[in-house]
Amino acid sequence: MNAPEPKGKFRVVGTRPVRPDGIDKVTGKAIYGPDFVTAGMIQGAILRSPHAHARIRSIDTSKAEALPGVKAVVTSADFPGQSAKIIAAGETSSSLQNIAATCMANGKVLYIGHAVAAVAATTKAIAEAALKLIVVDYEVLPHVIEVEEALAEGAPILHEGMITKGLDPAPDRPSNASMVFTLAGGDVDAALAASAVTVSGHYRTAPVHQGYIEPHACVASWNADGQGQLWISSQGHFDLRNQTASVLHMPSSDLRTYPLEIGGGFGGKTGIYLEPVAMLLSRKAGRPVRLTMSREDVFNASGPAPGIVADITIGASEDGTLTALKLEFWNQAGAFPGSTIHSGVMTALGAYRLPAYFARGWDVVSNFAGTKAYRAPGAPQVAFVVESCLDDIARKLGIDALDLRLKNAARPGDPGPTRVPHGAIGYVECLEAAKAHPHWSAPLGPNQGRGVAGAFWGNYGGQSTAAVALAADGSVQVTTGSPDIGGSRASMAIMAAETLGVPYESVRVTIADTGSIGYSMVTGGSRVTFATGKAVIGAAQKVIATLVERAASLFGVEPGQVEWRDGAAHCLDGERAGESLSISAIAGKAGQFSGPIVAELAVNPLDYLPAFAVHICDTEVDPETGNVSIIRYTTVQDVGTAIHPDYVEGQMQGGAVQGIGWALNEAYVFDGNGRMENPGFLDYRMPVASDLPMIDTVMVEVPNPAHPYGVKGVGEAPIVPPLAAVANAVARATGLPMRQLPLSPDRVWAAIQAAK
Amino acid sequence: MTVQTYHAPRTREEAVALLAADPAARVLSGGTDLIVQMRAGRAAPSSIVDIKNISAMQAVLGNDGRYTIGAAMPCTGLLRDEGLCKAWPGVVEAANLIGSVQVRNRATMGGNLCNASPAADSVPALIAAGATVLVVGPAGMREVPVEDIPVSPGKTSLAAGEFVAEIRLPVRPPRSADAYLRSIPRTEMDIAVVGAGVSLTLDEAGTCTAARVALGAVAPTAIVVPEAGAALVGTKLDDAALDAMAAAVRAACRPIDDKRGTAEYRTAMAGVLAKRTALIAAARARGEA
Repeated sequence: MNAPEPKGKFRVVGTRPVRPDGIDKVTGKAIYGPDFVTAGMIQGAILRSPHAHARIRSIDTSKAEALPGVKAVVTSADFPGQSAKIIAAGETSSSLQNIAATCMANGKVLYIGHAVAAVAATTKAIAEAALKLIVVDYEVLPHVIEVEEALAEGAPILHEGMITKGLDPAPDRPSNASMVFTLAGGDVDAALAASAVTVSGHYRTAPVHQGYIEPHACVASWNADGQGQLWISSQGHFDLRNQTASVLHMPSSDLRTYPLEIGGGFGGKTGIYLEPVAMLLSRKAGRPVRLTMSREDVFNASGPAPGIVADITIGASEDGTLTALKLEFWNQAGAFPGSTIHSGVMTALGAYRLPAYFARGWDVVSNFAGTKAYRAPGAPQVAFVVESCLDDIARKLGIDALDLRLKNAARPGDPGPTRVPHGAIGYVECLEAAKAHPHWSAPLGPNQGRGVAGAFWGNYGGQSTAAVALAADGSVQVTTGSPDIGGSRASMAIMAAETLGVPYESVRVTIADTGSIGYSMVTGGSRVTFATGKAVIGAAQKVIATLVERAASLFGVEPGQVEWRDGAAHCLDGERAGESLSISAIAGKAGQFSGPIVAELAVNPLDYLPAFAVHICDTEVDPETGNVSIIRYTTVQDVGTAIHPDYVEGQMQGGAVQGIGWALNEAYVFDGNGRMENPGFLDYRMPVASDLPMIDTVMVEVPNPAHPYGVKGVGEAPIVPPLAAVANAVARATGLPMRQLPLSPDRVWAAIQAAK
Repeated sequence: MTVQTYHAPRTREEAVALLAADPAARVLSGGTDLIVQMRAGRAAPSSIVDIKNISAMQAVLGNDGRYTIGAAMPCTGLLRDEGLCKAWPGVVEAANLIGSVQVRNRATMGGNLCNASPAADSVPALIAAGATVLVVGPAGMREVPVEDIPVSPGKTSLAAGEFVAEIRLPVRPPRSADAYLRSIPRTEMDIAVVGAGVSLTLDEAGTCTAARVALGAVAPTAIVVPEAGAALVGTKLDDAALDAMAAAVRAACRPIDDKRGTAEYRTAMAGVLAKRTALIAAARARGEA
């Protein structure tokens, strides 16, 4: 609902056509990662560590190799040696050593579920039977899970010799803190001391998983001549190819990588886990090999989002003007360094005018799977801390929670988190739309509370390649290297149709393999509609230039005397003025010219703009049980321009629901041995449909002037506010602070009991 | 997951013979626990005896106010018997909280009972109802109270070769009703942190003349709490009676701390849920709901 009316400005942009991949997906024909089969393919299986932290003394695979049907066994000894070189790993970067160690433990296991060996066999049952024959001699080491344990004096060190980066002077002893990132401005302590009010809080969240339905899966084939193929479901087959090729020391172009449909990623499918293992198994076996994770493997051995421990103080004057923000947080990064502290720090500083600030994030490793990007990586946890603390300020000063945010909201021209001024941002417009929404003034019943929270998410641009080709009948083929995760085939077709002036239905979009088009980086930072969209639009403009040129030749005029309008070339001058040539009339004459009409464009746009959102949440708390019901939920977001409003609203609703799950019940629960106790959807409690009201959406459109159609990234911002919006609502329903997530019934009940 | 042999006997006798012949055999009705356990490697039966093809195993039979439910009757199938729903709304609602609709189209109360999970939803409701089961085995048939089937998590009192063939619900006196509630963090697709079943009878004045209270997920098996039922008898379910009943419930709890809830929370919730369940049952008995 609340879709903007067609503005007359655009013909196709802003409409809601059926998505081209829809039929295949709803009828089960679409081929996802675990569906793919190729000739001669055999099955792989992975042996995983039963210990959270242990040294591998030896691995004996001889009995497994002798089992009939087994075609290959692989351990870390089969991997080439790795350097400490840092390469792009999805939305972050990582050292080759750690990327390789994520795929196969090398010398030490760092978490339960860490891969230690792999088998390929003629059947999955034989492969699994062979795993039981592999003997691993472990020297079990003490382990740490929580940040405080990891940083305690005498804690076992995961990565020997790791010295914290980003501190001056550098520490002289190794620790589990890999890195510190700080942004500071002004004298924060003096500003806080001089503030009329200050509020402080200690906050905590647990690691959570993206919860994509499709597990990680791949099929690999590595030929004796050194060339290989990979079939994967991912958020970016070019980057996964690059990571795999780097780990295996092969030229990228020798590893042709084919994208399959993706059943959800949310940041978690931007790195490699199975791919090099499948490749090594394939080379040994001489056959294509499939590896697939189980759900338990996905929880234990792919990348969740970090938990956080945080201390915050915010100061304000009597009228609610913020004076200073001081934040220090510790990311529970999992087994490998490189969690999302930078974006966490940016999140704390992006949405409000802050005369003085200090924001510092610590990246702390511990013995569970290395964390990975999860939709606005690093932002929801920090926004929970900041937006909860802001709510405390509003209550303390008796100021309306939206008014407090309006008073301090970043406006165009204000300094952004790195002091680069904000461009055409729409936070104020979002806050005003939220205030005007009937939800904000609706009455509440007993045991109900209303929470609000805002969000800043930086978004991204990045490298993309697109090609636009015309068939002789004038129909249009658009090719990109960006997987279709959230409806990008539809949005690319809309933008191409808008640019060319042709019907949406005459444009088809293909996601090409790495051998068929130039590089596109992973889908992340809500960048695809923006950046890949720019490549598609630019390529379409080049096609128009060719069409105009050829039409001019056919009309016998100069190109400047031809106008491209409504999918046809119109002659403006000369004898044939007023005549037109359709796209098919020109495309059909390609044989008279220099060949078919095709244009390719590679881009790296950095003129993206951040997204802002405001969420309003009503909860009802059962005071006897602590159960929290979400009874009403409204999302407001600056979406730039909604190319396909259905999918923009879908992003807003989906992000809100994932955030609600994070707030209410989702958490990694570890036992005393570091084993995740809930590696399945029964006890890892994502929301089910009956847990949720309809998520209302309000799209605010403040276009990005740097994009032909005004696009801003929309996919990630909606997961940033819900943690605080829910917690603030529960805090207002109960009159009690809610500073630890998830707000599971037993935790809320315990808080109510403690206050009695 | 590899199974050597799958049997689909047509008679109880055949099933008993197959089960008696293979001590590592498992009975399959809906399979919503067994298949999951096998896939996870937690169960590895050498053979499976599917009891669904045995006559009357998927039927509800009403006779003079008594009900006999085949052990392999899917939970959603119970909803189709109007008389059963009217007589035993608590049993039917408990069976229809398990899993999702798709799961309940397969899952059965017989399987829910013999899986012997302390958190099984239908079991406290059946215990509160005073239900019995017909056990058939090599030594013949015996009728056993539901509460005597589970003995510890995953273990039953069934002897080698025995299986549960029927669930039997007794005749209802006038002004009787039952109810079941559970505590879960979500609204469905979940496992009870605590479950409470109450069955009671009122006289014409609204005084409780009989009550049974049973709990799930607060002890190694579902339990009946006679003191809780006794606290309601002779009262009109006033606050004092409900408080006394809740106190008896809490006193009977012996829960563990686990990923699904702390012992303290479970004990407190048992009292809260038992009260709420008793009030629903009483309202039903008065014809108000």
